[in-house]
Amino acid sequence: MVAKLDEIWEQVVRAARALGVDDVEAIISGSNEALTRFANNAIHQNVAELTTNLSVRAVIDGRTARASTNCLDRTGVRDVVEQAIAITRLTEPDPDLLPLAEHDSPDPEDYPDRDFDDTAYATPDERAHAVADAIREVESAGQTAAGIYSTGQAGFVIYNSTGLAAMYQETVARFSITAMAADSSGWAKASACNHRDLDPVGLARRAAAKAAASRLPRELDPGRYTVILEPAAVLDLVGQMFMDFSGTAIRDGTSFLNDRIGQKLFGENITIHDDAWHDGQSGAPFDGEGVPRKKLTLVDAGVVREVAYSRQAAALAGVEPTGHGFPLPNEIGEAPMNIVIAGGGSTVEEMVASTDRGILVTRLWYIREVDPYEKIFTGMTRDGTFLVEDGKVTAGLRNFRFNQGLMEMLSNVEALSATERASGEESFDLVAPAMKVRDFNFTEVTRF
Amino acid sequence: MKDLALRALDAVTRRGVTYADARAIEIREQEITTKNGKAGHVSSSESIGIGIRVLAFGCWGFAATDDLSSRGVEAAANLALEIARAGTAARKREVSLAPEEKFEAAWVSPFSIDPFSVPVDQKLGILLAVDEELRHTPGINLAETSMHFERRHQVFASTLGSLIDQTRYLSGAGFTALCYREGEIQKRSYPNSFGGQYQLKGYELVDELRLLDHAPRVAEEAVALHSADQCPEGIFDLIVDSSQLGLQIHESIGHPIELDRVLGTEANYAGMSFLTLDNLNRLRYGSEIVNVVCDARLEHGPGLGTFAFDDEGVPAQGNDIIRNGQFVGYMTSRETAAEVGQARSNGCMRADGWGRLPLIRMTNVSLKPGEQSLEEVMDSPHAIYMETNKSWSIDDKRYNFQFGCEIGWEMRNGKRIRMLKNPSYSGISTEFWNACAAIAGPEHWTLWGVPNCGKGQPEQVMGTGHGASPSRFRSIKIGGAYGG
Repeated sequence: MVAKLDEIWEQVVRAARALGVDDVEAIISGSNEALTRFANNAIHQNVAELTTNLSVRAVIDGRTARASTNCLDRTGVRDVVEQAIAITRLTEPDPDLLPLAEHDSPDPEDYPDRDFDDTAYATPDERAHAVADAIREVESAGQTAAGIYSTGQAGFVIYNSTGLAAMYQETVARFSITAMAADSSGWAKASACNHRDLDPVGLARRAAAKAAASRLPRELDPGRYTVILEPAAVLDLVGQMFMDFSGTAIRDGTSFLNDRIGQKLFGENITIHDDAWHDGQSGAPFDGEGVPRKKLTLVDAGVVREVAYSRQAAALAGVEPTGHGFPLPNEIGEAPMNIVIAGGGSTVEEMVASTDRGILVTRLWYIREVDPYEKIFTGMTRDGTFLVEDGKVTAGLRNFRFNQGLMEMLSNVEALSATERASGEESFDLVAPAMKVRDFNFTEVTRF
Repeated sequence: MKDLALRALDAVTRRGVTYADARAIEIREQEITTKNGKAGHVSSSESIGIGIRVLAFGCWGFAATDDLSSRGVEAAANLALEIARAGTAARKREVSLAPEEKFEAAWVSPFSIDPFSVPVDQKLGILLAVDEELRHTPGINLAETSMHFERRHQVFASTLGSLIDQTRYLSGAGFTALCYREGEIQKRSYPNSFGGQYQLKGYELVDELRLLDHAPRVAEEAVALHSADQCPEGIFDLIVDSSQLGLQIHESIGHPIELDRVLGTEANYAGMSFLTLDNLNRLRYGSEIVNVVCDARLEHGPGLGTFAFDDEGVPAQGNDIIRNGQFVGYMTSRETAAEVGQARSNGCMRADGWGRLPLIRMTNVSLKPGEQSLEEVMDSPHAIYMETNKSWSIDDKRYNFQFGCEIGWEMRNGKRIRMLKNPSYSGISTEFWNACAAIAGPEHWTLWGVPNCGKGQPEQVMGTGHGASPSRFRSIKIGGAYGG
């Protein structure tokens, strides 16, 4: 496989040199993904996709542009190199563009072990039988199940003409399930690099229990409530702010951290790192230019300490790059993508037990930014929203709309659970705890 | 492409299927952006592959590959069958399809200027001129412009004997000016937010948008918003421009009428719909003047949902969704049509590429123009007028929504009294459409493109079309986004 990749890269270099261009970068990627989808207690969509891609960037006299293709034969390689060079020559020079990155090629032996053959080659039958078992669990509760079970492998290699070659490959599996009763629903999801670490039946049982516990939902007036956000709900909402932890976003004036670095924005119990090497993380330990990722302390006891810098953003800010840049050319620069939110000593059960009146939230949905500087977001609760009274879950609730500022929310955290790899639908996977938050702002109630 | 599609179809039919189709697709895209006077993202991409869908053992199987060798196509065919067979482990009933005819056709979407024939430096020159014009306005920190072009050539072949060759050209362009000052970020976009306007056209769209002409006003408004009053919170008449109304249609009508959502097959991710089957022909969705269609035909306009045939080989159709306020129709597929006893699919199955399975997707879901003049629409004793979407959110059954817009004005008797920043409104879908009091006429109607509609697992991103003209709604909750 490596020999084949090296051969394609050599073709890229030869084709570029034939056109008088020495400075080129290539990203060769491939993936093999499969997903078994179910609804109404039956498998209804069942798919697999095999893809490859070659993306070539040329650098000519301060200009750069990129062309991509999934045609990796000799003609395809030559054509994409010619295209990249042709559009590079037609673009405008960028005085801030840096030469291609020069780094030692990282050694894959040093990477975390996130590539599992069993998961890469999981069969349709394996997924189907796990799904059938999960459906039976929900059906036996008199409910209806919908969800997915996906397995796959994806990898890429970045080459550039300074001699850099950085390669990474990992597997990932996801199982999510919604259990629906007559007037309620429950949801659970997990992801792992090794599909053997997933427990579809356990997740089904959890979703079904939530659906059962939230039947005959009550309607509560909107207002400010103490909420207990399970890790997926924390991910859904807090995950929205990390694109702002970027030198480029700060320079552009689009980040809420403008004029706030070094200030105490959150409570002292909030500490957040970006750590590509964390056990609960996934993704390459180098960025879109092949620069190794550094561990960042984004927030230390409520104070924003560090943000991510691509090579170009770092040069403009006069700091060192952190290894969080996206492939060039791009407008957004960089972002931390391996978020680890430090946990605490509580549990969801203890948070419930310590709450006189509050709301337990399973997941959030359709979150959009209302105010970019105050970092206010709106969205809905979904699939398991519960009333907590006198330390107990007493009823299911109709779902709420919230409009909540993240700085306020993360200043009002009263308790945190141990941290775990969380998986949701509104943000990328991250490592997060459950949180008990006072004065969470629910502004409306919907009809279910 | 034709050979590839037929080869893939043959590979599965030889193995024995109830039904199969193959889509060979070649996509070419180009993206050009600028940011603060510099070229941003300049890129082109090409992708070719085959998606094979089979109905066997009473179950669907789908496999896609870009390994177009004989071995690659045979492997994909085998995998599609293996996946279908695996589905029997959790099968409740055998899939059945509404009948469809056999078609042999070739179609190319109309365009005046092939967008790929225009040199990159010419496109970049236009965007840099707009970018420079935006930054002439003091206070603009960030100017961003973009163009996007796509050509999608697809050959569809099915075991019904259909062989359909379609090529669609798509263009998009727009810009944004952002002003960060004193702890506040304000922005304005033209002609729409999130990339501008997108239509099924060639490069002529860029000329029609007259980007440079609008740059000074848009930049000045972004700066002026810092001095504007905060949008008040309360119940007001609401007037929305056509681009915002396009997104309102998308979220509160387009998604709820997807029959797959109604039947529960999207429940785990996109959600379901309040439009349960008992509502058909019974629910009063809107006021008497509300008429909504779902129309993929070219005669509806060059929308992102315009085509000749959908991805199941069903011809483009125009259907009433809301007629004089009454809910009268869903968007369907061959499978969902059969499930609810509809004689034929109304042709809404679309996939976002060769690697994905077709799903029920919006085509062009449009509010038909009304009979009022723009002055009549604006003529409320006291209203808030809002333009250009800034944020959008709706619950997973599509009842409760909240939209934020980039800019608003307080209106009295049709006159702008003061500019308002951070305007937002919220409500319940059917209550909102029943409050529709005035819709401007066809001269103010625009077919907007939403290029980024997400649905499905694995997620697919689709372009949809929404025609609308400025409209007025009575007694809407305003300003809740900053409430509490």
